Amino acid sequence: MRWPVVIPGLVLIGLVAMLGYGLTRQPSILPSALLDRPAPAFNLPTLANPDRHVTTQALQGQVSLVNVWASWCVACRAESSRVAEITQRTGVPVIGLNYKDKRPDATRWLTVFGNPFSVVAVDASGRVGIDWGVAGVPETFVVDRQGVIRYKVVGAITEQQMNQRLIPILNKLKSAS
Amino acid sequence: MIPELGHLALVLALMMALVQSLWPLYGLAAGRPIYMRLAAPAALGQFLMLGVAFAALAWAFYVNDFSVVYVADNSNTNLPWFYRLGAVWGAHEGSLLLWMTELAAWSLAVVLASRSLPREVSSCVLAVMGLVSVGFLVFTLATSNPFTRQFPAPGQGRDLNPLLQDPGLVFHPPMLYMGYVGFSVAFAFAITALITGRVDSAWTRWTRPWTLAAWVFLTIGITLGSWWAYNELGWGGWWFWDPVENASFMPWLVGTALIHSLAVTEKRGIFQSWTVLLAITAFALSLLGTFLVRSGVLISVHAFATDPARGVYILGLLAGVVGGSLLLYAWRAPRFATGTEPVAVLSREGLLLLNNIFLVVAAAAVLIGTLYPILADGLGLGRLSVGPPYFNKVFLPLTAPLVLLVGGAATMAWKRTRPVVLTSRLWLPAILAVLVGVGLPLFTVGTHAVVAVAGCALGSWAILAAFEDIVRRTRGRRLKLPRQIIGMTLAHVGVGVFVIGVSLVSGFGGERDIRMRPGQSLTIAGHNVTFNGITAQQGPNYVAQVGTFTLRQGDRVVSRIHPAKRRYDDSDAVMTESGIDRDVFGDIYVSLGDSLEDGAWSVRVYNRPFVRWIWAGGFLAALGGLLALSDKRYWRRRRRRHEPHDPAAAARGHARREPAV
Repeated sequence: MRWPVVIPGLVLIGLVAMLGYGLTRQPSILPSALLDRPAPAFNLPTLANPDRHVTTQALQGQVSLVNVWASWCVACRAESSRVAEITQRTGVPVIGLNYKDKRPDATRWLTVFGNPFSVVAVDASGRVGIDWGVAGVPETFVVDRQGVIRYKVVGAITEQQMNQRLIPILNKLKSAS
Repeated sequence: MIPELGHLALVLALMMALVQSLWPLYGLAAGRPIYMRLAAPAALGQFLMLGVAFAALAWAFYVNDFSVVYVADNSNTNLPWFYRLGAVWGAHEGSLLLWMTELAAWSLAVVLASRSLPREVSSCVLAVMGLVSVGFLVFTLATSNPFTRQFPAPGQGRDLNPLLQDPGLVFHPPMLYMGYVGFSVAFAFAITALITGRVDSAWTRWTRPWTLAAWVFLTIGITLGSWWAYNELGWGGWWFWDPVENASFMPWLVGTALIHSLAVTEKRGIFQSWTVLLAITAFALSLLGTFLVRSGVLISVHAFATDPARGVYILGLLAGVVGGSLLLYAWRAPRFATGTEPVAVLSREGLLLLNNIFLVVAAAAVLIGTLYPILADGLGLGRLSVGPPYFNKVFLPLTAPLVLLVGGAATMAWKRTRPVVLTSRLWLPAILAVLVGVGLPLFTVGTHAVVAVAGCALGSWAILAAFEDIVRRTRGRRLKLPRQIIGMTLAHVGVGVFVIGVSLVSGFGGERDIRMRPGQSLTIAGHNVTFNGITAQQGPNYVAQVGTFTLRQGDRVVSRIHPAKRRYDDSDAVMTESGIDRDVFGDIYVSLGDSLEDGAWSVRVYNRPFVRWIWAGGFLAALGGLLALSDKRYWRRRRRRHEPHDPAAAARGHARREPAV
């Protein structure tokens, strides 16, 4: 047998091994440059009352989730009920970051699809989104008691991510004192 | 009831596919030719069953049967009927059904067109295609049944992804899949050649038209996709090096190489095992594309909703089909008789060998760029994505020499060409090409960019050299050229037109991103663009804000264009409809951004000179392929088949074989 004929086979083995490895990784979990760093400071008006502001202070003292959403985001609609389920099961408050949206649209969206958020901060210009490294909507950040970002999900949270990652991480952070 | 029938038809199609594949293979192995006869009727049965399944799903969409989960997820009563039809293949399950239906259609075409083939060849080809079909049918039934029901049925569906609500979607996927799936025929012929151990000129003559047909579909599919992206995505771009675009481009590159190497194998009886390997690779890359789109290993605008179980299955299928073929290849390919004559550099086969090398290396470069994110992750280099800078940098030096070769295609003779023949025939096209390369941008676009001028000259070279050949062939005598020659010429002209388009649009294109209030205007590429205002319009399933822009050249009003932003009722998604002033020598492309305060809008205006030439080139190449496909030499066999009892005609058919290109 002439040896060159086995080269394509070897290439295939390499390729399949690589793709198989790729399957075990979920591309939607991007490591954030902000991982294990303090959450970037913000001071934004709330959706309910433009005169009241919510700041990074709100993240201190308890484990919390920050969910970036917008009324124009299709994936956010499906994610809304999942976010609600996470708060229900873990008792962790969710701060909504309403990203590049219009107030009336956002308010209407919450009445239609439910409001899982303890408070919604309005980032109409997207400036805070830039500080947080938001690439698209939705994104979800886990912030610990000290206000440090510990985990990030890009895209809508899947059931698997919720059960296998988010809820265990939240419970662990909660029990750590 | 109808969806259950569809499901049942899928199960029956699987049974038929099993018969189509296992029986003939057993017959071949056990030396019982009678079993091989089953392949053809089984293929027909499989096609009918898949047709029933497909029709059942289309019907469910037509009558808005939202108890079918797939319909509820991808349709809506407000969706116009032609988009409901397009929605049949708008997501994973349905597009898989389309994939299999088209595979069955290709099998049927093989049955109809190959009655003149030796039975063991046609049965073996059908058996291999049947095996591929079995793999996909099991996949569909196990993980992606499009007929799954839900009760209670929702009153309204979730609507089709608004990005896909464009006439382009109705045609783009079926064309593209016809190309992908069509390579399964060449693949099946390659496997048959490995099994029977025969790669002779008869084999290549059977394989060539099938490869060409698949290539034509793929070319049209990719061109339509690019056209759709330009119109629908609102970025003014025509190609994004997105993983899924690359997935369709790789089989195209290898398929192009295959068409050319088949010509060499037919004419000179060399490169056999290389040709067989290319046929396997082209289909393997089609399968890889299927994997990339449906497994979620890469992030892409095209990716379907993903599920890891599906990824594992398709990867297994890919490994099984391609691994098995390559094992067979490693075992059998060394037995092919190979020509011992060395290949001269200055000969048509030498040129085609170079063409093959460039095309395959280009495909490899695209493959590496596409998969590099996975590799980098594995090597601990972090998560990253590979973008246009890589591809443009790598691709340009690979394609430029290729286009240079295209110009020499017609002049180069088989076996050996004297350099003096080349220079005496090609000096004129070369000089003209340089003149056009400099002149065309000078008179149309005005400014200068060196790379674009070089590209324009290169494209003109391909066109002019192709015409030189036609002029020389028709001078004085023989006005009637074989269609194959015309087809080749047209395809090469298409390459030239495409290269000119790409060069000029990337060299001289520009864009402005500005804030405009009604009444304001800007100047781009000699055009004055005035923003007249915005009006609201109600569509069937969306509300649109439609802008009006007036385009003037001097005092003359060239056109009014209407870019829009649509908000779809059911998904709340906002889509940008670009407004385009189309012209042979360039487009002015306006896309609406966001509404700002006091009536102002952010507006992006693009100047896209010669962008139309890109698609024109693609369609010309496809047309060339079609013409070559209609050449008498492929159809004479068919006529012979109709009169199988006339030995004289059969003999004539052999004796008068056209000289191959």
